[in-house]
Amino acid sequence: MFNDLYQTLKEFLRTFGAMQIFFMRLLSNSPSIFVKRFGLVVQQIYNAGALSLVIIMVCGLFVGGVLGLQGYSNLSKFNAEDSVGTFAAFSLIKELGPVITALLFAGRAGTALASEIGLMKATDQLSAMEMMAINPLRRVLVPRFLGGVIAMPLLVAVFTVIGLFGAHVVGVSLLGVDAGAFWQQMQSTLEFGDVMEGIVKSVVFGVVASLYAVWEGYNAVPTAEGVGRATTRTVVLTAIAVLILDFMITAVSI
Amino acid sequence: MQQTRSVELGTGLFVLLGLAALFFLTTQTTGSDTFSGNDTFKVSARFDNVGSLKNRAPVAMSGVTIGRVTSVRFDPEQLNAEVVFEIDSKYAQIPDDSDASILTAGLLGSQYIGLQAGGSEFYLEEGSEIMFTQSAIVIENLISKYLFSQGGESDDKESE
Repeated sequence: MFNDLYQTLKEFLRTFGAMQIFFMRLLSNSPSIFVKRFGLVVQQIYNAGALSLVIIMVCGLFVGGVLGLQGYSNLSKFNAEDSVGTFAAFSLIKELGPVITALLFAGRAGTALASEIGLMKATDQLSAMEMMAINPLRRVLVPRFLGGVIAMPLLVAVFTVIGLFGAHVVGVSLLGVDAGAFWQQMQSTLEFGDVMEGIVKSVVFGVVASLYAVWEGYNAVPTAEGVGRATTRTVVLTAIAVLILDFMITAVSI
Repeated sequence: MQQTRSVELGTGLFVLLGLAALFFLTTQTTGSDTFSGNDTFKVSARFDNVGSLKNRAPVAMSGVTIGRVTSVRFDPEQLNAEVVFEIDSKYAQIPDDSDASILTAGLLGSQYIGLQAGGSEFYLEEGSEIMFTQSAIVIENLISKYLFSQGGESDDKESE
């Protein structure tokens, strides 16, 4: 039994180390690809970002609306319904915006990346590139990684703004909170550091989500079943990593 | 070719939308320091008790914010608190015998410095110190005063 445990631990450490090396290789190749093959990166920003826009905007609108409803019904017990704006802005900017966007991103773009790369591997497209002296890491993986990293903070910003709009619609237009109080209380309470915390989170989550998607796809077992498992693992691992990192960043920044 | 162009168009729109959202978040949701880019001058004041006054707390005159607290520190030599705050240079004509008091916004709000104009012909300038100050009111002290005075009365009655 101890031998099993030892083997599992060793395997975990090996995977973890391999991932760090993979991450370093992605990073070291990123600047040159970004400059020389910008067209490839644009294509991936489109795939990961622009195509995720609809789901992000719809979810943001309703998350913001729910915050408006919940905030109003609870704050009105203390006659503090004017603080609905502060409540919604704090939750959206610091927590819900980055976290929910990262989870949606993993489901919408991460799975697409992992299965695409996994299928390329299963159908020997990556090997074919190597035969033609094209480095698949540079041609396939780095643009997808960069596309995700660039798209994520922008998606988080869109999600948060749409969420604030949703909270405004529910709080001000439907429930009758004063629009001036809604924005003024928000602006006097929120500080630039709070917005920065959200931006830092969105960048970190973007790196993590894109890294896991690309890594799982690249290391998929080249069978139909293997690609399926890689897709599942992408979502599960990203969700776990994002929530743990969210806790850690929040703990550090308080 | 047509497809590449629509992809580029979509990406451009997406990036623009994202940057606009980022801009909105950083400028519109946080407190706008109307004088953050303007020239300011620093004035200090000493208080026996600053309560829970924090950095960046507003400095107000007649209820209008004209500056912000930049530092609150304890002076071990004079055994009181030294508060430094900056005032927008637009408001350079504040009499130098004005008095500063630490007030609370609302019943449970945050604390700020309120300035009350004096009658001097000289104005506050960079580095000047406000001489007349009034400390923060600590609610515990008020309550204990009230309680002790109550206690005193009932003692008197008992002794009668």
